[in-house]
Amino acid sequence: MPLELGGKTFTSRLILGTGGAANLHVLEQAIRASGTELVTLALRRVGTAPGSTGGLLELLDRCGVRLLPNTAGCHTATEAVTVARLARDAFDTDWVKLEVIGDERTLLPDGVELLRAAEELVADGFTVLPYTSDDPVLARRLADVGCAAVMPAGSPIGSGLGIGNPHHIRLIRQGVDVPVILDAGIGTASDAALAMELGCDGVLLASAVTRAADPVAMATAMRYAVEAGRLAARAGRIERRFHALASTPDEGRPEL
Amino acid sequence: MELTVNGAGRSVAAGASVADLVRDIVAHPRGVAVAVNGEVVPRTGWPARALRDGDRVEVLTAAQGG
Repeated sequence: MPLELGGKTFTSRLILGTGGAANLHVLEQAIRASGTELVTLALRRVGTAPGSTGGLLELLDRCGVRLLPNTAGCHTATEAVTVARLARDAFDTDWVKLEVIGDERTLLPDGVELLRAAEELVADGFTVLPYTSDDPVLARRLADVGCAAVMPAGSPIGSGLGIGNPHHIRLIRQGVDVPVILDAGIGTASDAALAMELGCDGVLLASAVTRAADPVAMATAMRYAVEAGRLAARAGRIERRFHALASTPDEGRPEL
Repeated sequence: MELTVNGAGRSVAAGASVADLVRDIVAHPRGVAVAVNGEVVPRTGWPARALRDGDRVEVLTAAQGG
């Protein structure tokens, strides 16, 4: 079953961030290997940050992916709303990965500013996908103001620490009616599979692929991990047991 | 007149518009957005938006980001 997000349908449940890739060639190969259909990008001063010297949009066009601009680096609702509007003008999309950072060391979101920005952007017609903390109450509030999804962090951005509080991710999944996308903290394929097994509808990751020693191999691994986790989540796993339960029957055992 | 463009001082001809400035800075305006003094100037409004001495202009484009 495809992912329904913001009124669009996606076969792939993996959203890939473009940040951190060593060059555009590797990035293109990684995007293709991941099978993603939705890719984040940022807005920066012309000719400064990686990718801003040209070629990024053409690359994303070639890959046939939908664009998801972010508001990375914003610290207030006002700033984030302005960046979202600039991105809408630059990229002709009203989709936004809304980030409002509240702490420099952890890059965790400022919940108060995030909710304020989300409300304003929803009212302005944006499809808002907020990067949030793993707080189930804040996630519910974001869904309540009309966000198209909620995207809780598994652990801090770029940390590769995986999912610190799986219970909260489950609670978030139970508490909202919109898609839940695990965003941030993924380090390797098992983290992405776990996110899906916890009931998430998708996974957003960047560094885990772009900063891996072999980004293309890791992109492939993430593609399968998301699919495997999704399948496992719906396959009805066995109960955990304290002791063993033989799978080979006792009946018919020879007496020797 | 003197502007601050992307954080650096820049002289432009009197009467220049946002469209003129963008043309000076980037070859192709696709994927470019502009803010003047913190306010978004939509693409369609670039030709009509005259710049004034002391304006702070941000000329932004697509960059890699997660």
